[in-house]
Amino acid sequence: MVHRNSLTELAAGLRAKTFSSVELVRAFLQRIEAAQPVLNAFISITAEQALAAAAAADRELAAGRGGPLAGVPIAHKDLFCTAGVRTTCGSRMLDNFVSPYDATVVAKLKAAGAINLGKLNMDEFAMGSSNETSWFGPVRNPWNTDFVPGGSSGGSAAAVAARLIPAATATDTGGSIRQPAALCGITGIKPTYGRVSRYGMIAFASSLDQGGVLTTSAADAALMLREMAGFDANDSTSVDAPVPDYVAELDAPLAGVRIGLIKEFVDEGLDRENELRIRDALKVLERLGASLREVSLPNLPRSVPVYYVVAPAECSSNLARYDGVRFGHRCQEPRDLQDLYRRSRGEGFGAEVKRRVMTGTYVLSAGYYDAYYLKAQRVRQLIAADFKRAFGEVDVLVGPTSPTAAFRLGAKTADPITMYLNDIYTIGANLAGLPALSVPCGFVGDLPVGLQVVGPHFAEGRILNVAHRYQRETDWHRRSPERFA
Amino acid sequence: MNATASGWETVIGLEIHAQLATRSKIFSGAATAYGAPPNAQASLVDLGYPGVLPVLNREAVRMAVRFGLAIGARIARQSVFARKNYFYPDLPKGYQISQYELPIVAQGALDVVLDDGSIKRVGITRAHLEEDAGKSLHEGLGAFTGVDLNRAGTPLIEIVSEPDMRSAKEAVAYMKKVHTLVRYLEICDGNMQEGSFRCDANVSVRPKGSDRLGTRAEIKNINSFRYVEKAIQYEVARQIELIESGGKVVQETRLYDPDKGETRSMRTKEEANDYRYFPDPDLLPLALDEAFIEEVRAGLPELPDEKAARFSSQYGLSAYDAGVLTASRELADYYEEVVRAVPREPKLAANWVMGELAAALNKENLEVGSGRMPAARLASLLARIADQTISGKIAKEVFEAMWAGGESADVIIESKGLKQITDTGAIERAIEEVMAKNPGQLADYRAGKDKLFGFFVGQVMKATQGKANPAQLNELLRKKLPG
Amino acid sequence: MALTRAQIESIAQLARLELEPAEIPVYQESLSRIIDLVGELDRADTAGVTPMAHPLPGLRQRLRADEVTEQDRHELYQANAPQVAAGLYLVPKVIE
Repeated sequence: MVHRNSLTELAAGLRAKTFSSVELVRAFLQRIEAAQPVLNAFISITAEQALAAAAAADRELAAGRGGPLAGVPIAHKDLFCTAGVRTTCGSRMLDNFVSPYDATVVAKLKAAGAINLGKLNMDEFAMGSSNETSWFGPVRNPWNTDFVPGGSSGGSAAAVAARLIPAATATDTGGSIRQPAALCGITGIKPTYGRVSRYGMIAFASSLDQGGVLTTSAADAALMLREMAGFDANDSTSVDAPVPDYVAELDAPLAGVRIGLIKEFVDEGLDRENELRIRDALKVLERLGASLREVSLPNLPRSVPVYYVVAPAECSSNLARYDGVRFGHRCQEPRDLQDLYRRSRGEGFGAEVKRRVMTGTYVLSAGYYDAYYLKAQRVRQLIAADFKRAFGEVDVLVGPTSPTAAFRLGAKTADPITMYLNDIYTIGANLAGLPALSVPCGFVGDLPVGLQVVGPHFAEGRILNVAHRYQRETDWHRRSPERFA
Repeated sequence: MNATASGWETVIGLEIHAQLATRSKIFSGAATAYGAPPNAQASLVDLGYPGVLPVLNREAVRMAVRFGLAIGARIARQSVFARKNYFYPDLPKGYQISQYELPIVAQGALDVVLDDGSIKRVGITRAHLEEDAGKSLHEGLGAFTGVDLNRAGTPLIEIVSEPDMRSAKEAVAYMKKVHTLVRYLEICDGNMQEGSFRCDANVSVRPKGSDRLGTRAEIKNINSFRYVEKAIQYEVARQIELIESGGKVVQETRLYDPDKGETRSMRTKEEANDYRYFPDPDLLPLALDEAFIEEVRAGLPELPDEKAARFSSQYGLSAYDAGVLTASRELADYYEEVVRAVPREPKLAANWVMGELAAALNKENLEVGSGRMPAARLASLLARIADQTISGKIAKEVFEAMWAGGESADVIIESKGLKQITDTGAIERAIEEVMAKNPGQLADYRAGKDKLFGFFVGQVMKATQGKANPAQLNELLRKKLPG
Repeated sequence: MALTRAQIESIAQLARLELEPAEIPVYQESLSRIIDLVGELDRADTAGVTPMAHPLPGLRQRLRADEVTEQDRHELYQANAPQVAAGLYLVPKVIE
């Protein structure tokens, strides 16, 4: 039953020789294979490479060496480039793409000793909130397989929730770590913009994308993030600041911590049952000594329209490189260059990607740039200012992660706007570049609910501390779906 | 057709793209050296691979600032990189990283000396940094075009002039001035055959006296001074004819065909020219502080205009000669090295460097820095003219021998016995012999035919194998001929 | 604000996306709804507010040293290429 161990426990167990890395990897691979037809969480399973790496890790551990994650099995969202391994971004466009290099995040985790078991399913090019747009088929929620796991990091979330791996890397552009964490009853963190390198993290929206982690507790998230974060000379937007030891900061008491509930987030869109779970969670925090008040961020409700200008604009440009010339899908027998472009891209991209590329092309086009793109970036400035003002009054902001618990597959695919509104609470942190996480805080029926915690820039330690102290008082994060117990 | 005579005014602006001579690319660590096998110098960043990101080359920034300072422009303390979005096979990311609203260099000018010696100030609107695209090869691949991305990511500075030029000749003079300047600054090697220096010309016409600009056509990628001149002349004539026959000039991109000597409308690669510029989110604003700019300023070499002015005053040269000798730093440095060795002969040195040396180098397609005729060796020849060992005329013979065999002036003078005859007695004897051999001409001369003086000069020179000192010969002939 | 069919076709061409004729009305509808959604921003008062290009406002571009750090790896990189000959990436012939 090694899968019942947390990441932290597995790392310690390996060092204590309670089990070997090869044993762990075998066990997890077995679970992965068994769950794959049910959840479809993985796109590629790299069993051979993982076992070889595990054997090497065991040798290191035997010699008393090895990094903080030596021998621990993890997996990567299929948006991180992994050298020699297929990297698809959940898209037909990159179905045959084998990356020649490792993303910085991948290299860092490798250097820390972690073993990669495979590449995780995701919404195509990270565009989606339900993992229903993947070329490789939808991912299912381990709590109820008729329901979505959330997205775009649906595969990462489902795999962790089903205890197929103790931790998975993921990315968050508008909520793609936090929302799946909430819907799958696990812990997920998106760090401050620039905290984790974007080199090798296939770009969706460059000023919003951040790499992070999905795992079963704040303590595990702290351990992973500490190894993933840090300055990277290959990324001009990477921040050159030392990485604190997030693990060491976890246990600080919450007495005196000022918590702000975002007033605008408790609105008609929030499911009533979800709201009750959130309020219960806040009571726990108050019992722990935190003081709670309401804060208003009046521009925050405009997050979704801002996001749906900025993100498509940036992605329309970022995805222009997928043209069938140097890599990726190429149509058969192109008649001429224009036909090559149009059909390769028309065939390679799914409907949601096409929708966003076209939206982005439109809002950047002549005559519309000022009215849409510049306008959105101005409102973005206002939203960021709201957050800054709020953090003058409180230390962290809290609220719901998602307006509802998980929904049925197919329930929201008819109207893109309905789908977009899933991210209404998470987008603000991306626009302002703030660190934010989600922790499980209860259930509605048999489906999990998540509590979101947002901090000022570079306050990962603080929000992990709040989450960890909450998890010391509660056991929502220890629950896992019976089917995968 | 003479545009001015026909009542039309030509308006020309040039956009020059100069490749900056950095070792590595503007946004990646791949090499920029010319001539590598296809795609050997295209890194993942240059190829626009999924997940890669740009990081800015410090030297490219320094070189752009150098240029800005040299044209007296304002250096932007903050500039922004923007994406120019369009699809073409040699543009791997589907966008070019350039600068749009906030370029690194703004508003400068260059003074250009025209053919008639007058000076024209040409305004430079802006200069900005951007990355070069790759190359498409359309020949020899059957039904395919081949794409080589070695050039993709090479740093460029795009220099945009005001539409200040009023003739093809002015445009060429400006282009040459920019060419000289970028080589002086050592920011670009100016090699037009290799594509390191390219020019687009925006050409329009308007009725003389009008202050509204006519519709312009853009002639792209002209890679020689001669073609720039011809292309502009053709285009001006084409536009005038078009308008005079009732047509309208279309704003479009055209290519110059040097074989046919005409400009042709390009089948546009950017049909819908909506580039959707927006600030590149992968790059942060570029901030330059005073310390950086002053450091660059302190490292500026003496600029062509300053050097030419100094040559005029220091060496007593005409503005024209000073201009010729400062056309390149190598030539100017060479000249000064020669003068240092023969300091009392700046004008003699100028004549020889611009004359014999230039001719010999041109004939063999060599640069002055090729080492074929080191400055010290030329100077030693000039020293022998200066000290009257040989005449200027004989010196040409010696130069030829030096050029061919590489020996020193002294060795050749000695081995060929070319020393000038300065012994008065010897010259007098030669004169007397010639006078005796040519009684008829002597009588004619004494009767008043002054022109025959030259005949006697020639004859004595012939008799002395050209070695008689010309000044002494003249003096002695004048004394002896009249009798 | 309803986008016309012609607008969709023009945007699709700018973005080099081949759309099935039957798909065009579908995209017309969804894009129109998205543009309506984002059109709400009109109502925001942004007088005197600078556009936010980067979420961390004070950061400035770092400069790297001018050094060659890459080697010739074209064989590895071209393993993913659809069509290559003599080291060149091939596309249907372009006539200029």
